[in-house]
Amino acid sequence: MDIVVCIKRVPATDTAIKIAADGKSIETNGVSFEMNAYDEFALEQALLIKEQLGEGTVTALTIGPSLAQKVMRDALARGADKAVVLTTDEWIYDGAQVAQALATYLQANPAQIVLCGKQAVDSDNNQLAGNLAARLGFGCVTEVTKLELADGTFTAERDIEGAREVVTCKTPAVISCNKGLNQPRYANLKGIMKAKKKPLEEAAADLPAAAMEIVSLELPPARADGRIIGEGVDAVPALIEALRNEAKAI
Amino acid sequence: MSDPYKALDFYNVDDLYTEEELMIRDAVRSWVSDRFMPVIEEHNRAATFPRDLIPELGELGVYGASLTGYGCAGLSPVASGLICQELERGDSGLRSFVSVQGSLCMFPIWAYGTEEQKQKYLPDMAAGKLIGCFGLTEADFGSNPGGMLTKAVEDGDHYVLNGSKYWITNGSTCQVAIVWAKLNGVIRGFLIDSDTPGFTGKQIKNKFSLRASDTSELVLEDCRIPKSQILPGIEGIKGPLSCLTQARYGIAFGVIGSAQAAYDEALRYSQMRISFDKPIARYQLVQNKLVWMASEITKAQLLCWKLAQMKEAGTMHHYHVSMAKRNNCWMALECCRIGRDILGANGITDEYQMMRHMCNLESVITYEGTHDIHGLIIGRQLTGEDAIT
Ligand SMILES: Cc1cc2nc3c(=O)[nH]c(=O)nc-3n(C[C@H](O)[C@H](O)[C@H](O)COP(=O)(O)OP(=O)(O)OC[C@H]3O[C@@H](n4cnc5c(N)ncnc54)[C@H](O)[C@@H]3O)c2cc1C
Repeated sequence: MDIVVCIKRVPATDTAIKIAADGKSIETNGVSFEMNAYDEFALEQALLIKEQLGEGTVTALTIGPSLAQKVMRDALARGADKAVVLTTDEWIYDGAQVAQALATYLQANPAQIVLCGKQAVDSDNNQLAGNLAARLGFGCVTEVTKLELADGTFTAERDIEGAREVVTCKTPAVISCNKGLNQPRYANLKGIMKAKKKPLEEAAADLPAAAMEIVSLELPPARADGRIIGEGVDAVPALIEALRNEAKAI
Repeated sequence: MSDPYKALDFYNVDDLYTEEELMIRDAVRSWVSDRFMPVIEEHNRAATFPRDLIPELGELGVYGASLTGYGCAGLSPVASGLICQELERGDSGLRSFVSVQGSLCMFPIWAYGTEEQKQKYLPDMAAGKLIGCFGLTEADFGSNPGGMLTKAVEDGDHYVLNGSKYWITNGSTCQVAIVWAKLNGVIRGFLIDSDTPGFTGKQIKNKFSLRASDTSELVLEDCRIPKSQILPGIEGIKGPLSCLTQARYGIAFGVIGSAQAAYDEALRYSQMRISFDKPIARYQLVQNKLVWMASEITKAQLLCWKLAQMKEAGTMHHYHVSMAKRNNCWMALECCRIGRDILGANGITDEYQMMRHMCNLESVITYEGTHDIHGLIIGRQLTGEDAIT
């Protein structure tokens, strides 16, 4: 069983984001990048499926600059067998563009299972799984919190508004992974040593023209300073009043 | 993730490390942030080591990481040093646990043991399933371990050991003790399984320092072990000293981690704490303190980097290690003292890590050769005169 995990290199979640001079992208100087947190669940699930089946390969796949090799090394250190960077220096934002480039790669290098995170924590587009499955003609289940595989069919659980949904889906499939699915493993030191000997390939990304464009990007307005309303029990009515009428929080 | 730690790297010393070394460092750094930082204060208060984390550290691969074969990771000197740095950023007790296991217990078995001894102990020790301790110091023989009184005598197919060891890290936690004792007047290393009749470990209570670490007394009363439990490959004081050189190397790197933790906490605090309407970081005297800390940390990083290059090249001598151990323990302890001052009254509580690190470093500057003993080792090398004895 060949499993592909789509991984995005995103700014570390504790980064203080600055908007670049063009007003449409972020300043990447001095920013440290890491594997998108939801993709960690996808990678872990791929490794668990491979362990369950006792055979197969796990390939980590990303689109990004050559610098994304670092995140791919991390995936290899955690246990992926192979990694591929589809390189581009463009800052791609359009989910359809990404899906098309990944689909082109996956048509040439077929896999039965494609796993990805439910969204990238930087752009929050939530587009990849559905978009990619449509292009590949695969089944698709999104935001899974539990996943089992038996005889080529997945049973997946999803948390939906107020309920838990159980679905089945035949392979080949694209599955997007949510928090709670598993506990991603750490890269251990032996894994890191082994990673250096595993294949890490680069090929230019075959990107179609973007249909979508970022027009402008701005930071949320700075939060106003807090205000101390009073102290002790006497201040409670004023606090309720402020929460209700000013903050409209209750 | 909630751990806001940022390690100082003023001179981009990271550029000197390989991509792999950085990955190893970062893996240990994240483990410490995610798994160790949330529990350390609690364990420090209770004076316990987080034993449930022992197998996880084995899984991560930090025990005996510089050794090759037998389930060890075979890392470069830089990588194994950086592991110590990250562990000690958490707590000196954590780094001590790992140093004792790897440098003081696995190393002598790996270097001086028989193949059977290696097979019996090393893979389980690498996995953290079997914990070791290193018994050299005695209550009356610390800086002068050669004066030890613990003795072994031959009895048919066995050795019988009598004596006691004091200040032994992991002494009550271990399944095997590497005990150095005199056999016919010559210091030899013995592997004593902790279930051997006559072997007991008793914890030393009420420490102010290294609270999250088991420090014990070992008592050996007619402890009979098969002759196969002696380390055949080494005789004399150079046996334990060669292990100490390995461990001191780790300490030299390790305490940079404590100093970085102290600096990070002090910097953060100085930017947030308002006095006379301004953050205290705005005042020259406070800046001067932070500058001192940052400069000393940077010098220590470079000292260790060169030390690692010498270790890699096989040109590192024990007196080189002495200089790094001595300098870095001192600078780390000073960083904590200065950092504690920047934190004002808040610095005396365990809401902040500063005093925990400071107290720990009082042990670290003492064990594995005190500050002054290392000074005398360097002095002997420089002058050709031995001022120790
Ligand atoms: C928390 C902790 C854990 C430890 N873990 C271990 C362990 O796992 N295994 C182990 O074997 N040991 C361990 N030790 C023991 C440690 O290595 C010794 O404490 C250390 O070597 C110093 O010995 P001492 O305490 O007897 O001090 P002393 O040797 O009594 O020294 C006291 C003072 O005299 C000075 N001094 C001594 N001799 C001279 C001299 N010739 N010239 C000038 N000054 C001198 C010293 O510098 C020091 O300031 C541990 C100690 C601590 C505190």
